[in-house]
Amino acid sequence: MARKRSIVDLCLTPKAEIPTGLRFAVSTLMWLLVIGTWSLATYGGFMQEIFLPSPTAVVAAFFRLFEDGTLGQHIWASVQVVVIGFVISSVIAVPLGLLMGTFRVVQAGLEPLVNFIRYLPVTSFVPLFILWIGIGIEQRIMVIFFGTFFQQLVMIADVSRGVQKDLLNASYTLGATRRDAVLHVLAPAAMPGVLDTLRVTMGWAWTYLVVAELVAASSGLGYISMKAMRGFQVDVIFLAIAVIGLLGLLTDLVFRLLRMRLVAWAN
Amino acid sequence: MTAVTALRGMPTAASAATAAPRLRIEDVRLEYTTRQGKTVLAIDDISIDVPDNQFAVIVGPSGCGKSSLLYLVAGLNEPTSGRILLGNEEVDGPGTDRGMVFQSYTLFPWLTVRENVEFGLKRRKVPPAERDEIVNRYLNETGLAAFHDAYPKQLSGGMMQRVAIARALANDPKILLMDEPFGALDSQTRNSMQKLLLRVWEQHKKTVLFVTHDIDEAILLGDRIYVMTARPGRLKEEVVVDIPRPRSLDMVMDPAFIAVKRKILELLKNEIKDDEH
Repeated sequence: MARKRSIVDLCLTPKAEIPTGLRFAVSTLMWLLVIGTWSLATYGGFMQEIFLPSPTAVVAAFFRLFEDGTLGQHIWASVQVVVIGFVISSVIAVPLGLLMGTFRVVQAGLEPLVNFIRYLPVTSFVPLFILWIGIGIEQRIMVIFFGTFFQQLVMIADVSRGVQKDLLNASYTLGATRRDAVLHVLAPAAMPGVLDTLRVTMGWAWTYLVVAELVAASSGLGYISMKAMRGFQVDVIFLAIAVIGLLGLLTDLVFRLLRMRLVAWAN
Repeated sequence: MTAVTALRGMPTAASAATAAPRLRIEDVRLEYTTRQGKTVLAIDDISIDVPDNQFAVIVGPSGCGKSSLLYLVAGLNEPTSGRILLGNEEVDGPGTDRGMVFQSYTLFPWLTVRENVEFGLKRRKVPPAERDEIVNRYLNETGLAAFHDAYPKQLSGGMMQRVAIARALANDPKILLMDEPFGALDSQTRNSMQKLLLRVWEQHKKTVLFVTHDIDEAILLGDRIYVMTARPGRLKEEVVVDIPRPRSLDMVMDPAFIAVKRKILELLKNEIKDDEH
């Protein structure tokens, strides 16, 4: 009979599976540890309320802003900016990225330029955007767009380059034209990778939100966070951060479901 | 060998379709340029005549350009010089008259088994009713009927290559090109695939050009075996396999089989020794 390996042994073996119960317990423990340290620091009086709010203060801030309707309003403003910026970016980046990874001439034309722009810090463009397109919602959308578009382009081109060439060759021997090969082979073959890219870059779009709303916004989660800083309302800053995190998590979930639905064959 | 060379000089129109050399590879040479800008000679002046309805096998040491030669016949790559004729037509790009089964699994993973086999028929705009009939026939022949709704991810390697064979045959090509199709399979699956291929081939009697490095496989399947040299690939010798059909796996023990095997091993042994560095 095989000797049962001890839990400690399993935990110390690279890539070994551990019991589900243990995994769940460790995950929960980690959260409890973070919240516990936070509680200890605040309720225990080790940190001043003005720098670090207590968990109850953040929850209270949530109910305060939720009840007077401002929270919903700000969430809606932010969601609009992120979604519009992300959608415009994706609609252009997906087809263009696929072309860039498929046709060497498009790659030769775009890649050097895109790789250069990709490393320019988005924040440094904010003054320019304000100068060019003012301080309306367009400016904020532009920041999200600029932050995600070039990354998406490069990642989707990689996805398309990763499509096995013999898959295209097989289609040619079966009578596919070049057009067929792009539409009926390359595009579906790239789908899982494209959806993965969208999921990852959607997360990045949320992280650019505060940059977008840093200057000249009058609503949105980034805006209330800036305003709260001026009024030393640390609890509101914490709330805004938590809400952005949760919204990011939610969109991530949506993309996961979308991937499971649309490309079930890849799972 | 003599019969083949005699036919070559004859005008193709004079002989009936059964006797005409179906596939002629004439003085084909293939060079390619590496990333470092070096020119490498992969195939050096190969001429091969494969008569109609023959099962031709190409064997040779790895890297000898045997797969490259198959890609040239498929029209997926162009020879540097020389030409390839199928019947009277010169190969110019890929076409449905040449079906191909690849070494790597090239099923379309987003399509079911049935849709994979249907792919070529759809591209050729075959009407749906006829399409269904053809697909069903080949699914039955390759023993895939029960799996017609499965996705490639759910299939074993052997099953996937069965689908690839059915997919290529569904287009009713004049010649079937097979690039080490069973190379990645375990030996038991490989044997059952060889049996299946023999059965299917004896039914359709299509011209087949089959690349392998497995000598037993070459003798078991082939009417003639083209032995290639190490790079640059040249035709070393054409060996006619005089073993009656239908063939079965127990034939590997027959004296006739062993005699052919010894001959090919001898031919290849020199190549592998020459290539050692």
